[in-house]
Amino acid sequence: MKPPRSERLSAFRPQIARLERRLFLKQGLSLGALSLLSGCTLKDDDAVDRLLMTMSRFNDKIQAALFDPAKLAPTYSQADVTTPFPFNAYYEEKDVPLIDGESYRLQLSGLIADKRPWSLDELRALPQSSQITRLVCVEGWSAIGQWRGVAFRHFLEQVGADLTARYVGFKCADKYYSSIDMPSALHPQTLLALDFTDAKYGYPLRLRLPTKLGFKNPKFIGEIFVTNDYPGGYWEDKGYNWFSGS
Amino acid sequence: MVGGADKPRTIHPLFVRVTHWVNAFAIFVMVLSGWRIYNASPLFGFEFPKDFTLGGWLAGALAWHFAAMWLLALNGLAYLAYGLISGHFRKSFLPISFGGAFDDVLLAMRGLLNHAPGRYNAAQRVFYVGVILAVIVAILSGLAIWKPVQLQTLTALMGGYEAARRVHFFAMAAIVAFLVIHIGLAVSVKGILAPMFTGRAEAPR
Repeated sequence: MKPPRSERLSAFRPQIARLERRLFLKQGLSLGALSLLSGCTLKDDDAVDRLLMTMSRFNDKIQAALFDPAKLAPTYSQADVTTPFPFNAYYEEKDVPLIDGESYRLQLSGLIADKRPWSLDELRALPQSSQITRLVCVEGWSAIGQWRGVAFRHFLEQVGADLTARYVGFKCADKYYSSIDMPSALHPQTLLALDFTDAKYGYPLRLRLPTKLGFKNPKFIGEIFVTNDYPGGYWEDKGYNWFSGS
Repeated sequence: MVGGADKPRTIHPLFVRVTHWVNAFAIFVMVLSGWRIYNASPLFGFEFPKDFTLGGWLAGALAWHFAAMWLLALNGLAYLAYGLISGHFRKSFLPISFGGAFDDVLLAMRGLLNHAPGRYNAAQRVFYVGVILAVIVAILSGLAIWKPVQLQTLTALMGGYEAARRVHFFAMAAIVAFLVIHIGLAVSVKGILAPMFTGRAEAPR
């Protein structure tokens, strides 16, 4: 006897999910600006998909080579700050996670010598610095904001992170995750930000680096890890370019 | 020559034909994926119709845009190098005359402009040089948007990040305006499309 339809379907769910992930660029193709205007249908969508991903990995390398660890992003004055600063996440503003600062502990894992969790008070006891820089969103818009916190390089040195490792990854309370290259993590303007205009922008802890696009600045950070295995990211796994440097 | 007929000869060098069609494909991808990127955060009060964009969603459009940019830039550099070194630019584009171009446009609008194969008229010269400059501005403003920190001098030259976005948009608009005229004429004026593939036409030396 055949199993009920729902069970038969559920057996294939993982494959379907995988397929959906792979199809992200295909949809655009079948939509057909290409087929519509040129009159040819690209049947071999997979090859196009693979080519585009190969080019994106190539662009990661180019951007890493173009990245100058000493070049500072332009800074602005208090008067230039965009108010209200645009809220942007993969969910709506009402769904931001609410985190209790008292019991909050930043978790550390991976290639880090001292993995003891950090309280907010301990993070605030480290030297703080402030920046007013432009945040550029992958969508094209930009806004100038002010952030204050611990120089990320100082923090990584403090906890004995392997600074020769390739990646620093972030796991966030809003189920967001992302990762950056070590040279960008060590850039003098890369901040573990504790102070910003409103809790909705990532309380209690977010990453701020003006050398990358906005989505590479994870908010509501719960855990930081150092690794040599490519960690990907929420948007990166959906197809955004991983390096996304500015 | 009997009856004044011209012998077929190569009016479009192979190098120009190849780079032309590679460029056509690259521009096609850049414009349509660019429209989808624009739609993610429209600068002005309109969006491009989704069916005339490439990429499906922002990530797909960006993947197309940042892949095709290499094709556009490298092919464009090859074309510029060829044009300068071979003398193609000097022979075909000079002298530039805006007055002559204006007169030619008026003639063309009245259907009186003779299209001489193998020789660009004054309007063509101005339009071709103009669109080459528009593509160069599009590439430079694109770089300024892509790398406002690493290439901050270029971004500042464009008037800053937000101004560079507008420069990029208007460079695209200029290219598309050129294409409307260019493609319109290429398909409507008899006998000029085929030589862009074969290179050959009956033309005076």
